Amino acid sequence: MLLNREDFRNACKIYKKSLDAQKKKILVCAGTGCVAGGALDIYAELIRSNKERGVPCTVSFEKEPHDGSVGIKKSGCHGFCEMGPLVRIEPQGWLYIKVKPEDCDEIIEKSIVGETFLDRLAYIKDGKTYPTQEKIPFYKKQTRLALEHCGHIDATSINEYLAIEGYGAFVKALFDMSQDDIVNEVNLSNLRGRGGGGYPTGRKWIQVRRQEASAKYIVCNGDEGDPGAFMDRSIMEGDPHRILEGMMIAGVACGALEGYIYVRAEYPLAVKRLETAIDEARECGLLGKNILGSGHDFDIKICKGAGAFVCGEGSALTASIEGKRGMPRVKPPRTVEHGLFDKPTVLNNVETFANVPFIIQNGAKCYRAIGQENSPGTKAFALTGNIENTGLIEVPMGTTLREVIFDIGGGMRGGSDFKAVQIGGPSGGCLTKEQLDLPLDFDSLTKAGAMIGLVGLWLWMNIHA
Amino acid sequence: MYEMIDSKEMDKILHKHQYVPSNIIAMLQDTQAKYRYLPKEAFFYLSENLGISTAKIYSIATFYENFSLEQKGKYVIKICDGTACHVRKSIPILEKLRNELGLSATKVTTDDLMFTVETVSCLGACGLAPVLTVNDKVYAAMTPDKTTELLVKLKEEN
Repeated sequence: MLLNREDFRNACKIYKKSLDAQKKKILVCAGTGCVAGGALDIYAELIRSNKERGVPCTVSFEKEPHDGSVGIKKSGCHGFCEMGPLVRIEPQGWLYIKVKPEDCDEIIEKSIVGETFLDRLAYIKDGKTYPTQEKIPFYKKQTRLALEHCGHIDATSINEYLAIEGYGAFVKALFDMSQDDIVNEVNLSNLRGRGGGGYPTGRKWIQVRRQEASAKYIVCNGDEGDPGAFMDRSIMEGDPHRILEGMMIAGVACGALEGYIYVRAEYPLAVKRLETAIDEARECGLLGKNILGSGHDFDIKICKGAGAFVCGEGSALTASIEGKRGMPRVKPPRTVEHGLFDKPTVLNNVETFANVPFIIQNGAKCYRAIGQENSPGTKAFALTGNIENTGLIEVPMGTTLREVIFDIGGGMRGGSDFKAVQIGGPSGGCLTKEQLDLPLDFDSLTKAGAMIGLVGLWLWMNIHA
Repeated sequence: MYEMIDSKEMDKILHKHQYVPSNIIAMLQDTQAKYRYLPKEAFFYLSENLGISTAKIYSIATFYENFSLEQKGKYVIKICDGTACHVRKSIPILEKLRNELGLSATKVTTDDLMFTVETVSCLGACGLAPVLTVNDKVYAAMTPDKTTELLVKLKEEN
């Protein structure tokens, strides 16, 4: 239990030391995709194989550093779902694809005990072998911000999150910034709602912040219902603490004491990981009463959806948390005034909250340096359908459709002709060949969508924003 | 008075959610997790203990697609028919399952209460399309033939 800021600093230091002491790390992707492909068997096999060879390995992250031990972790989604199950070896940054349980002995023998890269498990494209993950064309053009830690840390350990300075932004907001400082910083960053609407997050926060009310709420919309979309699922599974941190910062900024995360029932793994994360944060004293001795209270609850697509809409979502039928209502009054339990409510989507710690930690200016003037930052996209590399990607706003489909996505499956792409789910639209050079940002897409509308879609590929 | 439900279990659920009416959805979810469907008696029991009408509970249970008022099989197979799975041919898998188990769009559970076959909008595992789940375990990149093998395996488990 961390009682004050000093405790927090010390804990971060200790965990960083333990993390640094791990000479090698094996990160097994444990996102829904790779788990379905047998990643958990691989995880168990790697541990067994390591132990058999007498190599000291750390499975659960401990306080005492074990010099030279091998850390074996279940990480979040690496994004390259087409090639799963994926195993990453650090510090080299090697990526092994389509790993099977029978490969584990060789991986340990050659790459952990030894220093050899296994060519046969490498990603090969156009006759070229890519040992390092970051050099693979799929990753090269990406800028990972919301997904920064997905695939790089253990998704089930708060200690590891603390080791990489996680919750640092929350602590900064709690102790070093006034409520106005926080909302102004978020407003300056021009972070826009990642759920699709693109409404400035800072403006929402300012509106909730300035209201006098007996209670205020922070709600995270994890009801990612649009077919083909799994960005939010991946963040919830792969870096749950980052979402909590974003919500906790919003709590400080707006003076809210309670938060809710509404998650689709179809995402059982995300629910589980978030539950673990919330329990861990409570045990650490980062959620609950008098957080780190600051006098600020905040707690988060999870609400599981029950299979209603419409609950992704704000007022339907809050109705559902209240235990009612998820029926959208006419607005105004808006959620920022009369939201959950009729109180002022900040309602943001998962990816939006995941961007907040970066903004608080590095400042609005640093955030605005990425992406475009009117759509700063990055955007995660899910690539699905008739494309060579299905998976999860994150690129700066303003990257063109061509770069996403051909450079990152590897082009059409089997080299067929590109016809059209459906983007943005049922409320989005279709883009054709002529629009391949369209920059992907809120305003360009809205303009293009207005021209195309929602006429019948021929899915040659489905990217999801 | 209650034959289909165990009032002790229901009390546990009520207690877990602090008898707060706004937690009704979570209570129904826990009830369904226990019985694999919502027995009608559970509505009466919850209504009495929470002080909200059975009509209201019924209206909530029928609004959300995840709730079932009919008994389900031991294995609930959900075929994803979201866009990504649909274009990678999920329908032939659904048809195969229905054929093999003698089920249809209206009859979703086998008479021996072993299998329930239904579709789900999107499981968010689009990178692995087409997918299906059996009691929440995900099976990736399915084909009608792989589905037959899976059924054989599930039947052997019993």
